[in-house]
Amino acid sequence: MYAFTYHRPKTVADATALLGQFEDPKLLGGGQTLLPTLKQRLARPSDLIDLGQIPELQGIGEEAGGLTVGAFTRHAQVAHSDTVQRVIPALASLAEGIGDRQVRNMGTLGGSICNADPSADYPAAVVALKATVRTDRREIAGDDFFTGMFETALEPGEIVTAVHFQKPDKAAYAKFRNPASRYAIVGVFVAVFGSEVRVAVTGAGPSVFRADDMEAALAQDFRADALNGASVSADGLNADIHASAEYRAHLVRVMARRAVEACG
Amino acid sequence: MANPNGIGAPVRRREDARFLTGRGTYTDDINRPGQTHAVFVRSPYAHATIRGIDAAEAMQAPGVIAVLTGADMAADKVGSLPCGWQIHSKDGSPMKEPPHFPIARDRARYVGDAVAVVIAETREQAKDAAELVMVDYEELPAAVTSLKALEGGAPQVHDDVGGNLCFDWHLGDAAAVDAAFAQAAHVAKLDLINQRLVPKAMEPRAALGEYDRATGEHTLTTTSQNPHVIRLLMGAFVLGIPEHKLRVVAPDVGGGFGSKIFHYGEEAVVTWAAKKVGRPVKWTAERSESFLTDAHGRDHVSHAELALDKDGNFLALRVATVANMGAYLSTFAPSIPTYLYATLLAGQYKTPAIYAEVKAVFTNTVPVDAYRGAGRPEACYLIERLVEVAAAETGIDKAELRRRNFVPAAAMPYQTPVALQYDTGDFAKNLDIALPLVDYDGFAARKADSVRRGKLRGIGFATYIEACGIAPSNIAGALGARAGLYESAEVRFHPTGSVTVFTGSHSHGQGHETTFAQLVSERFGVPIENVEIVHGDTSKIPFGMGTYGSRSLAVGGSAIVKAMDKVERKAKKIAAHMLEAAEADIEAKDGRFVVAGTDKSLTIGDIALQAYVPHNFPLDELEPGLDEQAFYDPKNFTYPNGCHVCEVEIDPDTGVVQVVNFAAVDDFGRVINPLIVEGQVHGGLVQGIGQALLENCVYDPESGQLLTGSYMDYCMPRADDVPSFTVRYHEDQPCTHNPLGVKGCGEAGTIGASAAVMNAVVHALSEYGITHLDMPATPERVWQAIRHHTPAQAAE
Ligand SMILES: Cc1cc2nc3c(=O)[nH]c(=O)nc-3n(C[C@H](O)[C@H](O)[C@H](O)COP(=O)(O)OP(=O)(O)OC[C@H]3O[C@@H](n4cnc5c(N)ncnc54)[C@H](O)[C@@H]3O)c2cc1C
Repeated sequence: MYAFTYHRPKTVADATALLGQFEDPKLLGGGQTLLPTLKQRLARPSDLIDLGQIPELQGIGEEAGGLTVGAFTRHAQVAHSDTVQRVIPALASLAEGIGDRQVRNMGTLGGSICNADPSADYPAAVVALKATVRTDRREIAGDDFFTGMFETALEPGEIVTAVHFQKPDKAAYAKFRNPASRYAIVGVFVAVFGSEVRVAVTGAGPSVFRADDMEAALAQDFRADALNGASVSADGLNADIHASAEYRAHLVRVMARRAVEACG
Repeated sequence: MANPNGIGAPVRRREDARFLTGRGTYTDDINRPGQTHAVFVRSPYAHATIRGIDAAEAMQAPGVIAVLTGADMAADKVGSLPCGWQIHSKDGSPMKEPPHFPIARDRARYVGDAVAVVIAETREQAKDAAELVMVDYEELPAAVTSLKALEGGAPQVHDDVGGNLCFDWHLGDAAAVDAAFAQAAHVAKLDLINQRLVPKAMEPRAALGEYDRATGEHTLTTTSQNPHVIRLLMGAFVLGIPEHKLRVVAPDVGGGFGSKIFHYGEEAVVTWAAKKVGRPVKWTAERSESFLTDAHGRDHVSHAELALDKDGNFLALRVATVANMGAYLSTFAPSIPTYLYATLLAGQYKTPAIYAEVKAVFTNTVPVDAYRGAGRPEACYLIERLVEVAAAETGIDKAELRRRNFVPAAAMPYQTPVALQYDTGDFAKNLDIALPLVDYDGFAARKADSVRRGKLRGIGFATYIEACGIAPSNIAGALGARAGLYESAEVRFHPTGSVTVFTGSHSHGQGHETTFAQLVSERFGVPIENVEIVHGDTSKIPFGMGTYGSRSLAVGGSAIVKAMDKVERKAKKIAAHMLEAAEADIEAKDGRFVVAGTDKSLTIGDIALQAYVPHNFPLDELEPGLDEQAFYDPKNFTYPNGCHVCEVEIDPDTGVVQVVNFAAVDDFGRVINPLIVEGQVHGGLVQGIGQALLENCVYDPESGQLLTGSYMDYCMPRADDVPSFTVRYHEDQPCTHNPLGVKGCGEAGTIGASAAVMNAVVHALSEYGITHLDMPATPERVWQAIRHHTPAQAAE
């Protein structure tokens, strides 16, 4: 780790002010991605601005029938929240399946979506649950938030404050874990809103995407078998030592089926 | 009443309180006044010429004390890291032994090869400065995999090792094997890979060098399984420090699994540099450095053939293996794919003729050496996979085929065609115990249930035998060992009757402080709390060979027994004197020394006190003191053996393999502490299952970059990857040639498990016509195999 100056603002406004003050500042969420990066000397921020003491970024609440989750809410808090379990149980179970206990106790929703790791879980929920990402300056539709591998619609210095998730009629998330890291090799979030079905796929591609064919098939007939004819092309999917693109394409269908079955 | 802490008692590990509450003292916990920190500059290339090193800028960085290179070591006449075992090729020529300098001199040969070392006031300063050391590399093409390295025109790892061939060795009777194959009714053939693994001790390697200008004494504190071996190798061959001026301490060591046997360059560097800079120098590996620089394990590519007669009797076995040595020869590397591998190819079977050829190859990868099991898992995997293939092809039940070919218990001692003589073992008995444990007969019903749920199910065996208790020095010497392989012990009674045992074995998780104390408690009736086990410091213990190859109890424990025999003889003399009886009339029983036929007796405590307060000893017959030393050199290897059975369920949609049941029946000879033994078996099984399903060390085949350089990609088995194990042992077949009758249990789990799991996996997949799958059976590999085969449903 290179040396840096550490700050702990108490308000979002103070955090924003700090961001403007230094040469190369970086926001610190739960540190589960950023700290390993720093330890390996892959990044060299001049200042770290810890978001952990800002009350505005915390908390889980019901809003407009859905859920609003503060950016600094830890994965474990989402997983164990009675409110989340009642309103959108699929979201709680997604959080419960992230990494391991240590990671869940530290990592945050904001950190996860801002990092936009192609194999992170939350992006699937953000897209499938028609979420709105709130920042210190605007609201961004979940569909527009993830723009590429490790890329988001955020502007430099923009702070995510909360995410609002809409409540689906039913939803489920099925994940195929990387056996080593336990990130998603493929994760499929299926959500039903009236006649609309959303199928958001993470892990498989450079960024979360919606499986249009599957959505259309399920909108017609919401059964796992309806997916038999629908598939995802392996073209452009991720490939690494754990899973080839064709295996990922196959897993998308298997996980989609499982998510549909889990919707009941 | 039996001693609650004696032999056979499940005594909880005495060291646990220390380890589990963070009170251990590991190398990195030790800090010395004036200590400096070393950080290595390591090659980012698998193969590169070092054209120059410019340390000027690094030298100017804050806190930097020195930047040292291979050239500095050469100027100080620092030697090459020696290899402890010499193999001769078929043609009689000695193996190629290119130099292996602690810091590379003009060529870097693997990613992570040390190129320079920065010594600074703090670790961070040393790291900062290491980034400023400018190394002018000229990248060279790399030979990464063993098969590619053997091809004509492959990049040369060492200029003077033609074709990268370290040795081309063989064992067994080729003509007899050929003759048997000519008679065979059936030949089972198999090509298989035993993949490379990264050892992963919880504690990364570390080394702290000190030099005392006043006494001229060097001290190296290091994460080692065998401090005396390090002292001998580093002192005599690398740094030229006489042994009385070199102390090597291996304090608490957080796991080794073999990877801490070897003498590593970093140890020599900190010891040498401490004198050069006049201050203590500490180095501690980061985890990513461990991945890159700890000696790896396995990495065999083999072809095997088994000849059978029409009744399924094994006639002969033929094996050809290519073993990857990595870029240099690590300390015991050449012995692993030869005498610890090919000699085990008889397995539990009476196969009359065996011939094995092994080519050892240099590549641009980190050196490969012993890793838990070391050669024996490779042998077991090969035989047991091949036997299962033979069973499938001949249609003979796999349990029955094994039983038919077992060396019968009545044939013990049994001379194998590959150099070893098994002393005891009842292989059929292991199998008999195992079958009901896994409800072998109920498999069909369980399988039907799996099928109903859309799953595949398989059951697989591994009946293994290993050679442990390494090793009779005369045999080892004849086979190329450049060291003796005895063990030492000293048993010192103190005046108040407490005992300190000094052992040449080293405990790095095995629980010696408990097991060894049980031996003393049993023998002399001393409460276990009054027995202290000291190990790991060359200034305290007699010359010892350390811990590896499941040898601690069989060899180290036997040395303790020998020392206790001497203590007992001496105690009898003292008792005879005290009780005014003839020495011959003194009987030692349950810790009491009794005059036969009388009620006159003494405890060992009474005797110890007299030994040190010898007010009226007949000094010409009886010396004061009760402190005896012994060295034990085993007469033979020990042969732990067992039967492991694994049952798996496979999800054909994803390829995920789940181990649903695992039973291990082992014969470890006599068991001193069943709790520790069970723990060792559990750990070993997890490692074996890890190899079968999860772990895989992958280098990019072109660039030689390590692709699995962290736990994000190198998959360690975790608790939820394994089932609850059923572990049984029997003690009917004690070792016949050591005083405790013990065989060793440290590696068994690792040796049997991988084969049992893979046999179960292939069994589950057999309905698709799949006859083999290489490890690890990752979900994608399984899924791809299924995809490329069609179910033989019509035949069912
Ligand atoms: C072993 C391991 C396993 C893991 N497994 C999984 C898994 O299975 N699934 C999964 O989804 N993730 C997994 N993760 C990642 C984990 O979920 C992290 O929590 C997540 O990637 C980052 O969240 P964080 O709060 O730790 O953010 P940090 O690491 O602190 O920050 C990440 C990035 O986000 C920025 N940032 C943080 N908060 C904000 C904010 N409010 N506004 C703007 N920018 C912000 C930071 O500046 C930084 O660039 C794993 C991580 C580890 C170490």
